[in-house]
Amino acid sequence: MGRLWLDALPQEPIVLATFVVVALGGVALVAALTYFKLWGYLWKEWFTSVDHKKIGIMYMVLGLVMFLRGFADAVMMRIQQSMAFNGNEGYLNAHHYDQIFTAHGVIMIFFVAMPFVTGLMNYIVPLQIGARDVSFPFLNNFSFWMTTAGAVLVMMSLFIGEFAQTGWLAYPPLSNLAYSPWVGVDYYIWSLQIAGVGTLLSGVNLIATIVKMRAPGMTMMRMPIFTWTSLCTNILIVAAFPVLTAVMTMLSVDRYLGFNFFSNDFGGSPMMYVNLIWIWGHPEVYILILPLFGVFSEVTATFCGKRLFGYSSMVYATLVITILSYLVWLHHFFTMGSGASVNSFFGITTMVISIPTGAKLFNWLFTMYRARIRYELPMMWTVAFMLTFTIGGMTGVLLAVPPADFVLHNSLFLIAHFHNVIIGGVLFGIFAAINYWWPKAFGFKLNQFWGKVSFWLWVPGFWVAFTPLYILGFMGVTRRMRVFDDPSIQIWFVIAAFGALMIAGGIGAMLVQFAVSIWKREELKDETGDPWHGRTLEWATSSPPPEYNFAFTPIVHDIDAWDDMKRCAVERPTSGYRPIHMPKGTGTGIILAGLSIALGFAMIWYIWWLAAVSFAGIIGYAIFHTFNYKRDYHIPVETVEATEAARTRQLAAAGA
Amino acid sequence: MHLPESRLNPPGRRSGPSRLLNLRALSALALAGSLAACNTVVLDPAGDVARQQGDLVIISTLLMLLIVIPVMAAVVIFAWRYRASNKDAKYEPDWDHSTQLELLIWTAPLLIIICLGAVTWTSTHLLDPYRTVGRIDGETPIAVNAKPLEVEVVALDWKWLFIYPEQGIATVNELVVPTGRPLQFKITSSSVMNSFYVPAMAGQIYAMPGMETRLHAVMNRTGKFEGFSANYSGAGFSNMRFAAHSVSDADFAKWVGQVKATPMQPGPAGQPADDPLPEGQSAKPVGGNLDRAAYLALEKPSEKVQVIRYASVAPDLYDAIVDMCVEPGKMCSSEMMAIDARGGLGKAGIRNVSMLAYDKNGRQAGSEATANPNDAVRKELAWVRALCRQIPGAAPDGTVKAPTDLRSLNGAGLAAPQSIGLGDREARAPAGDPKPAHVSLNSRN
Repeated sequence: MGRLWLDALPQEPIVLATFVVVALGGVALVAALTYFKLWGYLWKEWFTSVDHKKIGIMYMVLGLVMFLRGFADAVMMRIQQSMAFNGNEGYLNAHHYDQIFTAHGVIMIFFVAMPFVTGLMNYIVPLQIGARDVSFPFLNNFSFWMTTAGAVLVMMSLFIGEFAQTGWLAYPPLSNLAYSPWVGVDYYIWSLQIAGVGTLLSGVNLIATIVKMRAPGMTMMRMPIFTWTSLCTNILIVAAFPVLTAVMTMLSVDRYLGFNFFSNDFGGSPMMYVNLIWIWGHPEVYILILPLFGVFSEVTATFCGKRLFGYSSMVYATLVITILSYLVWLHHFFTMGSGASVNSFFGITTMVISIPTGAKLFNWLFTMYRARIRYELPMMWTVAFMLTFTIGGMTGVLLAVPPADFVLHNSLFLIAHFHNVIIGGVLFGIFAAINYWWPKAFGFKLNQFWGKVSFWLWVPGFWVAFTPLYILGFMGVTRRMRVFDDPSIQIWFVIAAFGALMIAGGIGAMLVQFAVSIWKREELKDETGDPWHGRTLEWATSSPPPEYNFAFTPIVHDIDAWDDMKRCAVERPTSGYRPIHMPKGTGTGIILAGLSIALGFAMIWYIWWLAAVSFAGIIGYAIFHTFNYKRDYHIPVETVEATEAARTRQLAAAGA
Repeated sequence: MHLPESRLNPPGRRSGPSRLLNLRALSALALAGSLAACNTVVLDPAGDVARQQGDLVIISTLLMLLIVIPVMAAVVIFAWRYRASNKDAKYEPDWDHSTQLELLIWTAPLLIIICLGAVTWTSTHLLDPYRTVGRIDGETPIAVNAKPLEVEVVALDWKWLFIYPEQGIATVNELVVPTGRPLQFKITSSSVMNSFYVPAMAGQIYAMPGMETRLHAVMNRTGKFEGFSANYSGAGFSNMRFAAHSVSDADFAKWVGQVKATPMQPGPAGQPADDPLPEGQSAKPVGGNLDRAAYLALEKPSEKVQVIRYASVAPDLYDAIVDMCVEPGKMCSSEMMAIDARGGLGKAGIRNVSMLAYDKNGRQAGSEATANPNDAVRKELAWVRALCRQIPGAAPDGTVKAPTDLRSLNGAGLAAPQSIGLGDREARAPAGDPKPAHVSLNSRN
């Protein structure tokens, strides 16, 4: 069994208690699914589905589940830091605390933000471009399960062994075998490598979809902004993630085979790792934020009842950001001793990014000018974003001035800055998107009251939690500290912990919002398929859309195709249907991902026989899958007719 | 208040004190409400370098607020004014383009960034940690023959070693420097990456094993300040803190004398994390002379280490640390590089591997092998050293000289074209000087 033995099971009481609770919860869930005979339904309709809509929803569920885990880590850190003063060691020892801040970062970036963003793109992009699915439907299912496999490995590390204690980017030499000898860093490497396969393939898939599957008439400059930002994000994914894969591979051969890429020995250089990981890492933050810029553009135009101001300037700003995001990575380590000219160059390129970003903000601003703004939840999140993100952007540009960075680098000011842009940008954007497209995905709107409760807890909660961190940064308090000397700063950590509590309330209210909305779905029902008076093609079909999205492929004549159709009073065709050619579901994705978990687990624990077996299994099953010729089917014309007739009746009832 | 601006200005054009006061009042106002009560050491430090860096934080923030405040105000105003229930506001659903506005939204940020970029370029070069300090404070330029106090800093797991080569002493977790004297830190680490940071003195710079980084600074106020590692380095990271004392010259000399007189003492050196002492056995004595053996004992991981003072220190110790060859029988990385530069040793070189393995705390076996080298290895090492004639530890000096004259930085030393009359300013320009004082802004890159 390699180095896996009973000592890998949790020994600390906190972890043990969590383990018991999670195990009981898991058993209850499995029992419930079995009792209600849901396994077959889940397997047939969801797990093996290649429908981009279902995969998109599964990504969102994965993101939400992991978000709760990542937030639990955050709360534990806030509690530890608000009590560990005056010789009080707090309630977490170094081994546990250091895992928590590492896991928090890894989970929030790779298994919360990435699944949310990928899920959104998966669900929305094909609908926005009038396609019936993505280019490679099976690959899409496989990508999802590989991302999930990575998340499963991270979760396993909580109870079997340990997670990395290195910080979320695992800088060597600390992450090398000499200084991190047990399984933590190996969990880190294998979960990222396996999830990385999914991310990369999903990037390829969506680029192909956007480039090749747009409805007739939708030229590049008529694509919705969300589709544009998705295209740029996926280009970034395809260009950046191989770097991560390469650097992780180098770190693993350092650890497994005694290579010396990043060790102190034999001319190895940890600085090379720092450069490589940030050459991936900086584009990564734009991978996260760009699609949400797209979301804000869609939401602003819709709820302002107005065309987006400066469409082409928005597109060019996105492209400029895409390119510039590759020229700024060194600003993450001005303090590593590069020369002044190198530091200035990267500082200035970083500042230059704020120009297209500023242009985008102005575009949203002038879309609001002379508009009729309806303050539904998505628009509220958008305005909150515009105010919050501006501050985050400003502190970011401040950190781009190298001498200023020398005094603020690695301080809590830095922590406040990137939470300011990631929460204020990515997360607020996700919430806007969930509230905006939920009716499309499920056929009913979300409850507004609980949504507002969540909003008003989240937004002030964010500021209460992170303003103290900005201030602590000016007091020279650094990040990743477990205990503190100076008792006078405790008050700030207590305030920050209170902010985290407010955020917890916001998250709770959001879960209540989902539950109440599902409970009262009949009252909140969306009959028209276009509850917000949308402007893009996804609102042209029913809510939820039929499996085939559009019975006839729409023809596009303008930006905001659906708005254009409504103005020209285009008649919805009600006859002349044909059978629709669709891809067929397959269990290959989940099986390959399951084998990948086994491979990763075996490599982490040095169980070489299992590694060999599961690797052979992956290759063998992939080859076996190539002989699967039953990959597609036709939806018979009667089914299409029945579905569309039901839709006609629904529309008539809604219109009456 | 010493704004970088005042440093950039030539002495002849120093900004009036009233303007400086205004700026200071403004910046104080900007941060007043929330920051007044707390000790924001980053914005009010004791060292001139940190002060300039802190001022840069404020100047950059003010520069950006020029655009951020109007934008945020506009967001709020538009969001309120154009709410759906306000039927008085104009509604133009098809208005989506305006060339003038587009021009404005691209150029306004651009202009701010041009200003900020210029500030960045100059300040990054002037405050480059590798550059010697050019002044003691805003009023006092540095004496021509001033020799900086050199301190060699080694980040250990999880404590700081400070070696004073000039004084021949060393301390752990205690940094004492004379006020008003330029300081030169040479920084390295023994195992993993750390970041050397005394917020009251100057910005931080990474400490990395096998490499040396530099930091130049000066203290302007006496007092006791905090120093720590600002880059997470493992389990004992939180307690990797030290006191940085800035004292008068006389007190510094007195302190050096005290350290030199420190006898060997039983060690309160915290517990080594790996091997707790057996019951009933006292800790190894520490203090006295810091030679290679004492360093190797000190280097073992330990937390919450009390101050240790060494009355003397082996003169080549720091260079050997940077060269990763403190342990007897270990080949220095400079020697390895010299061999590689000559094309390597072919198959014979395979034997070198055991002499080179460095990452010791996790690889105890290798460590034991190299700690007790046999005669053959010693002979081989001697042969390698003779072959390469490389002086171990001779790391290249990356220091950049501070500009002697700041005028040419903003073109003040250059003669104006004849067609532009500048009146009295031209008259003041040094007529007989054909070559304006030149400052090279190019550092190592």
